[in-house]
Amino acid sequence: MGDAGVDGARVGAFLTLMVEVARRSFRRASHYRLATAAGVFVNTVFGYLRASVLVFVAASSGGMVRGLSGSDLATYAFMSQGLIMVVGVFGDTELSDRIRTGDVVVDLYRPVDLQMWWLATWIGKAAFQAAARGIPPVVLGAIAFDLTWPDHWWLWLVFVVSVVLASVVGFTVRFCSALATFWLLDSRGIDQMVTFTVGFFAGMLLPLTLFPQWLETVARALPFASMVQLPIDIYLGTASGSEIVWTLAQQAGWCVALLGLGRVMMASATRKVVVQGG
Amino acid sequence: MDSPASLGLYGRLLGARVRSDWQYRTSFITLLFSQALVTVLEFVSILLVLELVPNLGGWTPTEVAFLYALATVPFGMADLLMSSVERTANHVQAGTFDRLLLRPLPALFQISAIEFELRRAGKLLPSLGVGVWAVANVDVAWNAQRVGVLVMAVLCGAVIYSALWVASASVSFWAVGSREAANAVTYGGQAANQYPLHVYRNWVRAVLGWGIPLAFVSYVPSQWILDAENPLGMPSNLVVAIPVVTVAVLVAALGCWGLGIRHYQSTGS
Repeated sequence: MGDAGVDGARVGAFLTLMVEVARRSFRRASHYRLATAAGVFVNTVFGYLRASVLVFVAASSGGMVRGLSGSDLATYAFMSQGLIMVVGVFGDTELSDRIRTGDVVVDLYRPVDLQMWWLATWIGKAAFQAAARGIPPVVLGAIAFDLTWPDHWWLWLVFVVSVVLASVVGFTVRFCSALATFWLLDSRGIDQMVTFTVGFFAGMLLPLTLFPQWLETVARALPFASMVQLPIDIYLGTASGSEIVWTLAQQAGWCVALLGLGRVMMASATRKVVVQGG
Repeated sequence: MDSPASLGLYGRLLGARVRSDWQYRTSFITLLFSQALVTVLEFVSILLVLELVPNLGGWTPTEVAFLYALATVPFGMADLLMSSVERTANHVQAGTFDRLLLRPLPALFQISAIEFELRRAGKLLPSLGVGVWAVANVDVAWNAQRVGVLVMAVLCGAVIYSALWVASASVSFWAVGSREAANAVTYGGQAANQYPLHVYRNWVRAVLGWGIPLAFVSYVPSQWILDAENPLGMPSNLVVAIPVVTVAVLVAALGCWGLGIRHYQSTGS
């Protein structure tokens, strides 16, 4: 056991460093203005397509499907489009590229934990994406569709907490799949598999609520539901009262479990590390 | 450029690409498989919608499956053969596009061959499977005319999607950072075509269906071949317009590409 004062200073220095890394990452993401605008455009177009289909489904079933109205479903479509970049549905190949090319060696030399370094990078970028790619599709969706808004002001706060947890779960999923590159040497295959699995089971193609009962149960038992479906459950008020606590607990549980899995993988990968390249 | 020689060259370039991808075998197979998986999951989500609403504006689930196949098979063909033009943006950004212009072959031809990726074939197989199943199960008396329209629709659809790839890739000659916007037309167009056009709002339909003219890829031919419900009241002989529209879209796309190349200025450093 070390001196408590020294430990405190260390934790402080570590946190300062993490905040610095996240800030730089936020700044870096904010430089690609044209790409951001193009991304918002695409996300919104897909939002319109998905909302149209879902609203049609609700209208054809007498206004409500599985307890959701047409405007709830349209809201789901635009919210989930807005979450794509925040939780990283399509992932981010930066770490797996660095492992593939061998650049990861530079990261391993740093006197900072690999996982925490990339988590800080992820969070910084996600914070930018939440503002730049998260809000616009919903606002643009509200022009043409009747959307549902949270019933209470405090739901916004709970929703923000839920989105942060969703983003961390998204990070852990991608961190684990990127580490698989150490064994597979090329990561594109696994990256794509993860993308499509996430897309389906997080509720990107269709809200999990519209799945058949058994499939919904399966999907909700997987970590991917924490990335898209659960935050929107809170936003729409589908999860209310004690269910909100349970929802957040589930998300937090996945964060801890998958961060842990990432650490185990990291320990075993760095033991056998074979650096590619010259 | 004489065609037999260029075909041979195309084959050799493709062969080189396939051999190089084959070096990372596990990755290649997982990529192929994941491309198939995305199509399967997409179709499953449509089936789940059909389970909730078996009657999509008068179209039966089998008819929707037919429409889905007619939207995705041509897309799969175009994706395999032409979506590689998407990589134009990377070449423009890296400055390697100059190299393509220096060679005595059309740049479009080169880029589609150099960036060819066999893994994209993974998307085609499940769509073909759905198509074969739908053709066998739809309530239609198949005759020469219907088969003819089907074949024409598949080919024209592949050309229309290819043209959309080319037109949207041309954007990177002006604004290289905005390349993602093109996905709204290509992937978005494919996604839109997977449901009957009448489920969309008026103006979405106007822009994507008739403006881009994606309706001619799957909705128009499916409605005619299946003699399905026609809530939009389309004229029954609209199918004859398909080849005309296809040629128009192709000419427009090649025009965009030509303009783009003329506008292209090499990047420095």
